[in-house]
Amino acid sequence: MAADAKVKNHVQDIYVDENAVRRDMLLRRIGKIGLYFNPIFAYFFLWSPILVLVIFSFNRSRSVSTFTGFTLRWYNNIFNGVMGTEVGFSTQNMLLALRNSMIVSFSATIIATIIGTMIAMSLSRSNFPGKRILDAVLFLPVVIPEITQGISLAIFFNVLFGWWQSLTGQRIFPGFHTIIIAHVAFNISYVAIVVRARMANMNPRFEEAARDLGANEWQTFRYVTFPLILPGVVAGGLLAFTLSLDDFVVTFFNSGVGTTTLPVFVYGLLKLSITPEINAISTILMVISTVLIGISMLLQGRTALR
Amino acid sequence: MNWFKSQDGRGFLLALPAIFWLGVFFILPLFTIVVISFMSRGAGGVAELPYTLAHYDRTFGVFSVILIRSIRIASITTIVCLFIGYPLAFFISTRKNRNFQNLCLFFIILPFWTNFLVRTYAWRILLGDAGTINAILLSWGWIEEPLRLLNTEFAVLVGLIYGFFPFMVLPIYASIERFDFKFVDAAHDLGANDWTTFWRVVFPMTLPGVLAGSALVFIPSVGAFITPDLLGGTRGLMIGNLISRQFGGSGNMPLGSALSVVMMAVVLLTLLVYVRFGINREGDD
Repeated sequence: MAADAKVKNHVQDIYVDENAVRRDMLLRRIGKIGLYFNPIFAYFFLWSPILVLVIFSFNRSRSVSTFTGFTLRWYNNIFNGVMGTEVGFSTQNMLLALRNSMIVSFSATIIATIIGTMIAMSLSRSNFPGKRILDAVLFLPVVIPEITQGISLAIFFNVLFGWWQSLTGQRIFPGFHTIIIAHVAFNISYVAIVVRARMANMNPRFEEAARDLGANEWQTFRYVTFPLILPGVVAGGLLAFTLSLDDFVVTFFNSGVGTTTLPVFVYGLLKLSITPEINAISTILMVISTVLIGISMLLQGRTALR
Repeated sequence: MNWFKSQDGRGFLLALPAIFWLGVFFILPLFTIVVISFMSRGAGGVAELPYTLAHYDRTFGVFSVILIRSIRIASITTIVCLFIGYPLAFFISTRKNRNFQNLCLFFIILPFWTNFLVRTYAWRILLGDAGTINAILLSWGWIEEPLRLLNTEFAVLVGLIYGFFPFMVLPIYASIERFDFKFVDAAHDLGANDWTTFWRVVFPMTLPGVLAGSALVFIPSVGAFITPDLLGGTRGLMIGNLISRQFGGSGNMPLGSALSVVMMAVVLLTLLVYVRFGINREGDD
């Protein structure tokens, strides 16, 4: 009985500032409300431009303020070469740009995937002087702004071709070769990073076992290492392909006459004005890149499971 | 020469093609623009001797307005992304249901699978004089005349925040995901309220994610070209546009190089700050 009273007295002794408690509870309530309100705002911000773009590509009137009815006319116009008020658009030019994009992306992806995989293997399996510097340089193309890469390379080519002309009298013009070189330069890093991550997760014992069983270096690579890192190589290659296909800035500064890629072509349209046809092209592009990346994600997911 | 037959030597040989490609087509061009930036402007905008500091004079003189504007726009972009991104990352990473978390992340990333040009163009539709936002505000009677939204600094800000927002959310999400919420219980037991707990415990411990996100948003924003080009007009002109204007007919390649070198310096400085304060704090991570 006495002990109980003692505890009770003690509890009463604890100083409770009721105002402070009330303030803290209010603070918590505000925080909770804010935490639920913020995602609503953020997702609205992320999705409204895309929804507006898609919706107005089906709008019967040319306005982008009121929706007057559903139509497929603008999509029809794109594929029939009619472009409303736009000059310089033709279905043929668009398909040509698409073809150019494919040439550039495929070539750049193949070269970058081979070189990138090689350096990834080198960096994760061996040690040589200057390796740390190489590591740092390999990350630079990922962080340096595209415009710096595009411009510096364009100036470099300009100087290089100038010298070549003064030496041989022949003028080299920018074209597919300059675009592909530029794309490979930034893609090597992305491929190397993806493949290296895969190699880091790989057990080196497999390679040791192959060597113990009498496989030579090539056989070890061909039958053990390569199949194990293949998902990483495929993922890196797909990433490189997507980046290459989507690239505008670097391509813009390094392309020549007749090598307009799809993003450069689209940029020319977007800069002009806002028309429902451009909304429709944008919607198509959006669907294409979403589907492409979706496929590559599915592939990565599936190969990662294996 | 036996070294080339060792494991390390062979490794070096494997790295050679990449060293060559990056050396010639990435590092060498960067050095080239540094050299060119000190040369005079010749006929057709190309570089010629003698060496001069005139372009740096103009960069920090006439063009300092644009340089400062670029840094200001990039800073505001970073801060706004942080203010919207941190609570969002916190919300997602504190959801109990793992699938719901993944769904939330998926809906942040999905819009960014779209081509950057198209995403930026979408804002032209929204912000234009006859655009969606003005039409809505007019019909609600909130405004009498359409607001001038497009071709302003504001439009560039919105476009950049939109363009680089996930770069902020994802690193912060990873940081909060790793954060042990027992620290929050401990802080509460010690008498801290939510405000104190957040600023003294949660925020400092998730700072690596905040710094990584900030660097990832700030760097591409400073060097932005597409966004100010499509949304900014002359009022929202940034250093990236100024650089691109130095090419072609009436261009000035040495000036463009000097501007690029200054921009690169800003970027490398940001990286240095990040490496110094961001990576060290992560400790053994």
